Amino acid sequence: MSVIDDPLPAKGYDARLMRRLVTYLRPHAGAVTLAAGAILLSSAAELVQPWITQQAIDRDIARGDVPGLARMVTIYLGLLVFGFVAEYAQTLILQTTGQHILHRLRAQVYAHLQKLELRYYDRHPVGRLMTRVTTDVDALNELFTSGVITVLGDLLALTGIMVAMLFMNWRLALVAFSVLPLILWVAHWFRTNVRESYRRVRGLVARLNAFLQEHLTGMAVVQLFNQEERTRRRFGAINREHRDVNIASIFYYALFYPLIEIIAAVSGALIIWYGTGWAREGTITVGVLVAFLQYSRRFFQPIADLSEKFNVMQAAMAAAERIFGVLDTPPALLDPAAPVVPADARGRIQFDHVWFAYDDEHFVLKDVSFTIEPGQRVGIVGATGSGKTTLINLLLRFYDVQRGRVLVDGVDVREWDVRALRRLFGLVLQDVHLFSGTIADNIRLGEQMIDDAAIARAADAVHAHDFIMARPGGYASTLAERGASLSVGQKQLLSFARALAFDPAVLLLDEATSSVDTATEVLIEDALHVIMSGRTVLAIAHRLSTIQDMDVILVLHKGELRSRDAIRNWSPRAGCITGSTNSSIATRQ
Amino acid sequence: MIKALERLLPYITRVRRPVALGLACILFATAISLVSPWLLKFVVDGLLRGEDRTRLAWYALGIVGLAVADGAFRYFMRTQLIGASRQIEYDLRAEFFAHLERLPQAYFEANRTGDLMSRATNDLSAVRMMVGPALMYFASTALGFVVAVAIMCSIDARLTLIALLPLPGVTLGTRYFGRAIHDRFERIQAQLSDMSAVVQEALAGVRVVRAYGQEPAEVARFARANDEYVRRNRGLIRLQAAFYPTLTLCFGLSGVLVLWFGGRDVMRGTMTLGEFVAFGRYLVLLSWPLIAFGWVINLVQRGVASWERMLEVLDAPGIVETPSTAVSTPIRGAIEARHLSFRYPGAETDALSDVSFVLEAGETLAIVGATGSGKSTLVQLLSRLREPPPGTLFVDGMDVRDRPLAELRAAMAVVPQEAFLFSETVGGNILFGVDADWGSDETRSLVARAAEGAVLSDDVSGFADRFDTVVGERGITLSGGQKQRVALARAMLTDRQILLLDDTMSAVDTATESAILHQLRDVRRSRTCVIVAHRISAVRDADLILVLAAGRVIERGTHESLVALNGLYADLERRQRLEDELAHA
Repeated sequence: MSVIDDPLPAKGYDARLMRRLVTYLRPHAGAVTLAAGAILLSSAAELVQPWITQQAIDRDIARGDVPGLARMVTIYLGLLVFGFVAEYAQTLILQTTGQHILHRLRAQVYAHLQKLELRYYDRHPVGRLMTRVTTDVDALNELFTSGVITVLGDLLALTGIMVAMLFMNWRLALVAFSVLPLILWVAHWFRTNVRESYRRVRGLVARLNAFLQEHLTGMAVVQLFNQEERTRRRFGAINREHRDVNIASIFYYALFYPLIEIIAAVSGALIIWYGTGWAREGTITVGVLVAFLQYSRRFFQPIADLSEKFNVMQAAMAAAERIFGVLDTPPALLDPAAPVVPADARGRIQFDHVWFAYDDEHFVLKDVSFTIEPGQRVGIVGATGSGKTTLINLLLRFYDVQRGRVLVDGVDVREWDVRALRRLFGLVLQDVHLFSGTIADNIRLGEQMIDDAAIARAADAVHAHDFIMARPGGYASTLAERGASLSVGQKQLLSFARALAFDPAVLLLDEATSSVDTATEVLIEDALHVIMSGRTVLAIAHRLSTIQDMDVILVLHKGELRSRDAIRNWSPRAGCITGSTNSSIATRQ
Repeated sequence: MIKALERLLPYITRVRRPVALGLACILFATAISLVSPWLLKFVVDGLLRGEDRTRLAWYALGIVGLAVADGAFRYFMRTQLIGASRQIEYDLRAEFFAHLERLPQAYFEANRTGDLMSRATNDLSAVRMMVGPALMYFASTALGFVVAVAIMCSIDARLTLIALLPLPGVTLGTRYFGRAIHDRFERIQAQLSDMSAVVQEALAGVRVVRAYGQEPAEVARFARANDEYVRRNRGLIRLQAAFYPTLTLCFGLSGVLVLWFGGRDVMRGTMTLGEFVAFGRYLVLLSWPLIAFGWVINLVQRGVASWERMLEVLDAPGIVETPSTAVSTPIRGAIEARHLSFRYPGAETDALSDVSFVLEAGETLAIVGATGSGKSTLVQLLSRLREPPPGTLFVDGMDVRDRPLAELRAAMAVVPQEAFLFSETVGGNILFGVDADWGSDETRSLVARAAEGAVLSDDVSGFADRFDTVVGERGITLSGGQKQRVALARAMLTDRQILLLDDTMSAVDTATESAILHQLRDVRRSRTCVIVAHRISAVRDADLILVLAAGRVIERGTHESLVALNGLYADLERRQRLEDELAHA
């Protein structure tokens, strides 16, 4: 659920937006035409009914013509069945078309999000982006189904009724229409005020939800600091405002419907006054008068409906604007015009005077240069915020550098085919990300090339096989939300199995900082040996055991590579550290 | 169902005046709206009989007058009844939230936030629909139906019966469709939440998806969810498309029957034309109550189900307070654990087993150990976020369970493992623990001092609006270390007798950590401290260090004695020294 709602724009209708939305209807032109035809027919069928009654009264009942009446009743019945079919067809076609369009929009937005670069994700919280794909698209449903077409239908009905009345008796029709300006004014008054209170209510609901969500998550803090009373008061204040704004908005609804009824009654009274006069003169029949009274009631319904639909339309418009906002964001990291896929990629990594900042201002990496030969194991150490993870982000081309170059096998990553580039690497993150689905799905992800045997081999190699088999269902057992049923260590082992199953040339390892229990610790250390063997390794290392396994250690300090001198008590088999002045790396001593 | 509704009565009784007034208005409005077709009968019959125009003018005026009176009553009906339902909603929401505040921590772990949220929002609004619009429409439609049928019977009983023939179909149809539509709607909602989960995972795990080149696989996975969602929606559409036309058809059939049989009556002279026309109008008036009735039944069904879901939360037992009769004295801060064992409900092994220690007021206890060794559990038991077994944990010699909870917590400042910040200003977050609102000069200086103590001042001076900078989605995103220090400042500001730090510096770099430790030195002189940490640097000058493994104390002593022991602690110390040197090389 998205808690923080996006604000509603003040503007209700946007022609440019509407035109763009209509383009989505184009592939369904046939269906839409059919539906429009059905609407026409069903409202025609409905319109004819009062006329039938009038004919029956004036002609058949007045003359006592039983077969005539029977004929009229049969026609009436036929019209009913006809109207039923037309209305059913209309709703079915329209709503189905709407669903097809929403399906397409959803797929479009989602596919586009898959193309947008990570910088975009940094700026837009996941919750917001989710709303674009789900709630916002659904809000458009109203626009396509009850919106565009039914508004059209309402307008058609309105026109039809007006034409029919004018046709039956234009003078009496004008009498009935005389209240129109009044009704338009009331509708306008209603729309304006309701829109305003609707906006306020929406804002308050968003605040209520946000407050609730936040304090449910942080209830321990509230309770620990004895702040229940004060928190309750603050919640109460929003709750009260929500109640009051809602109560205030009842006024408009409470007044609007009766006002429409009163105006309709006035129109009816006028029809009676003039109608009876003219009926007495013989200018019109009683049947026409009765039909007019019936028409005049139907006449006001579409106007009231249109006013009510306005809010829905407005929310839909706002959603459309947000959706197009995503679709109109061009992906910033583009594939090169002629992507390079080196024939024999071995994973030689080279950082050449790399400067990088996430925000173009605060440089996270400053003139970093080093080379990693295929088969080398390189550990990166350094304090939080020293730029360790950034190295990995640049290698995978999640971001582009500001200055300098990142080369893989001698080719700038910006010239690589990005999918081929990433296929070289296996990424193991500190926070293991698990997907809902089976254990096997989480190891192979979407890669159908990795068969069950390969999954089992990988899991076995990293000591995950035993705990997986201990679960009911084994590899086919499904994971709870974010792998809640697994321990931290087990999740870590799963992510190792995933990396191993993809068999990458280069392993990128962002090691977890917090220690796990001793038994798992031993398993993890051993599993690490397995996945590192025979590969180039670039590891953000925290564990001493990992650091000891490395051929080379890079020390990052505030975005710069430090020299080796600072390390004391450091004897194991690795040599250390490169200076930032040259791109050589000390290798094994 | 009746039991559940009884529980709702007190809330309704509280607004009995507007409800009674609203219901009375319905009575009048219904009576009036039924008179106006009658006037129409006079118009038509009068016209045929050749009555004079002034008389007809009076009828016309009468129709307008009735509409005005009807409108007035309906206006009050709506404002009173819907207004009352908003008041009930307000009361329920306040009560619901107040109850949530009384629930123990375990409850929030056993129930997902999303689920509780949905009870507080969707279910609450379903309950409001039941006590507001549903009640209003039920009263007005039931009344309208009875009176309209009575009048129709008075015109022509036989014709009424004939006209009503197709109508039970309407109500039954509404119920059938309503229930089927509801079921399909639920299935759509379930699929929507599945689809949302797919999106959420792929977006939150964007790094993994990209790194493993799984964009096409994710697009395909989403397409499957999307297809299924549309498929279920189309199932609903097929029903909905048939629903309203069916209703229209039923009413139409009534109309046809009236036209045929009524028309014959008029020809035979057993019925006047005016009566015939009025009869038709009443029939139209009937159509609305019948539709609304089915709709009301659905609203009530949904409302009761929702209310039962809300009651599940409202009936969950809150934290049990069993203060002893002994007079509690102000807390000095001595802490003692006596053979403390604790097991999470449903767990197979103890999270803590046989832990004992004595800490004098003003001393510092440090706890180290691997993830899952029981460190946080100990802190949560001390602050009674979880309930320790009786006779195991004592503050100033008194069982923590015997003291009023508010009193115990008023003596403690806790910095939980995961720093939780509210999306308000940085200053407001730091001030959270005291009952004061952010903004005055006095609170500003308090907050500034606490921030100083938590080594946060430099960070804050880099924020656009300093302490007035809003935290979270609408403002600045703090790093993990900054969040932890805000939470630390929050605890420091409360200046309590006992300070509990649950691994509060895990995301803080070592330089900042040592600055914080330096600041803490003053606090620790006069306060009792319990520090859970991973890093030796944070615990080395504690009066007592406990090393936990799998819930047991395996080593205990001071830093020097533990290093001399050359066990797990000494090993940890050695590793960290090397790692730190690497990091600071």
